[in-house]
Amino acid sequence: MFKNFKHEKIETNAGLLLVLTMLAVSVGGLVEIAPLFFIKDTMEKVDGVRPYTPLEQRGRDIYIREGCYTCHSQMIRPFRDEQLRYGHYSLAAESKYDHPFQWGSKRTGPDLARVGGKYSNEWHVQHMINPKSVVPESVMPNYPWLMETKLDISDVGDRMRALRRVGVPYSSNQEELDRNIERFGEDMARMLHIPDAQKNLVKQAQEGNYDGDRSSVSEMDALVAYLQMLGTLVDFSKIDPEELVKFR
Amino acid sequence: MADTNPSQTHASGPQTTGHVWDGDLQEYNNPLPAWWTWTFYATIVFALVYWVVYPSWPVGKGFLPGIGKISYVNAEGEVESWHWNTRAKLLNEMQAAADAQKPYFDRIADLSYDQIAHDPELNSFVVSAGKVLFADNCAACHQAGGQGKIGSYPNLADDDWLYGGTFEEINETLNKGRRGYMPGYAEALAANEIDALAHYVLSLSGDSVDAAKAAEGKALFHSHKAACYYCHGDDGKGRKDIGSANLTDQVWLWADVPGAADIGTRAARVRQVIAGGLSRGVMPAWEGRLSPEQIKVLTVYVHELGGGQ
Repeated sequence: MFKNFKHEKIETNAGLLLVLTMLAVSVGGLVEIAPLFFIKDTMEKVDGVRPYTPLEQRGRDIYIREGCYTCHSQMIRPFRDEQLRYGHYSLAAESKYDHPFQWGSKRTGPDLARVGGKYSNEWHVQHMINPKSVVPESVMPNYPWLMETKLDISDVGDRMRALRRVGVPYSSNQEELDRNIERFGEDMARMLHIPDAQKNLVKQAQEGNYDGDRSSVSEMDALVAYLQMLGTLVDFSKIDPEELVKFR
Repeated sequence: MADTNPSQTHASGPQTTGHVWDGDLQEYNNPLPAWWTWTFYATIVFALVYWVVYPSWPVGKGFLPGIGKISYVNAEGEVESWHWNTRAKLLNEMQAAADAQKPYFDRIADLSYDQIAHDPELNSFVVSAGKVLFADNCAACHQAGGQGKIGSYPNLADDDWLYGGTFEEINETLNKGRRGYMPGYAEALAANEIDALAHYVLSLSGDSVDAAKAAEGKALFHSHKAACYYCHGDDGKGRKDIGSANLTDQVWLWADVPGAADIGTRAARVRQVIAGGLSRGVMPAWEGRLSPEQIKVLTVYVHELGGGQ
């Protein structure tokens, strides 16, 4: 059958080339995409993961706006050196409310998936204004305007509604609120209630005092609030590592 | 477009595609180099071996796990084996490394701080392991050599300890974190009173200041109005149970006094701290983030930085 076969026959026949190319490409698609429709779970079931509060969500928006992801990943890979430096490897469940996710593909700076709680708020503020003042060898640019710019909270409700459309369980009515109270606890559920978004945002910023200045809510407040919760939701001391191994 | 030459082969030349440009430009139609085709076949063979050894093709609701195995020790202490995956491999590598370090960490867990510091072998382990831990977790604030930063983070390489410099006290600081606080006096005291206090505080550490102002400040320091003595002590030496600073030494954390050239600037910098107070001196807690043995290593490492107490 292949005796008289010449590759030239395919190369000189545009129709045949098209059909065979599509066949070859579709193998990759079938193998990688099709199983996802049949596998029941692609995500570990872990406790503690919740949507971002309005303030954290706005901080995340600023993280994306300033392009932090171009130098910082949020994906700790299951390697020993990464586990020793950054902590437990990231789980899919931990970014299930991320739209878009911030895994990143380039580390000029360190991974930030578990940066929450590692440094004080004050450190973050100082580091953001002038990174070299705390890390002399750093090549990170200065972001001093975050401290001076008042956070725009006028559209935070709309932003949450948009995320709700793609599956983040923010609540907009009593029934959804009740469901969230069951899932995330009373306090957190109220925090995730869209009609109270602005009020909740200001409350969290005032109580947390992330930028050290309670007189107004700055973009720094939001960004630090976001950074301080990264990777802190899952309590890994309650998870048997073997379970995660056998999930694969 | 190229013209097509009906006679595809020249009598003496190599085979061409038959396309001719500009009358004499032709395209050879040589086979691929042998090294290239053999490399191509080799990648196919490699893929076949890979499919057999490692998890590969999806099948039904699962996938082919491959014949490769990774073994690790499970929670019950039994050796368990699972098909090759990165998580199992990580567990295996973490356990192998922990086994290698176990003799050291076991001895560290058993021995007292003093014994660790005086055991040459353990001490060199502490210095090398502690250096890495310190660089990953502490150096961002306290700087690579533990020298800290005036105005923000305490120097760990000197012999001045806000919360105490014994092994036990350093260990508690590491485990539980610390939260420094001093109220601001901008509203409670008048500007000249704050200035008087600043001069007194500077005089405590041997600075030559306006004697009249210092005397006024001394009275305020010990009065109920300012009540500085309540935290800093009657002698101004501070209390390590609440982390209040010793004002009588030359070590400054918040006000950059050593960096000021004249008494006016030095007083201004101290005034700023008295007026504004401090609320953001936070040391994060490392319990849970690092293991108890790692924290013990760091305790000895930090103790050695400044000689400890």
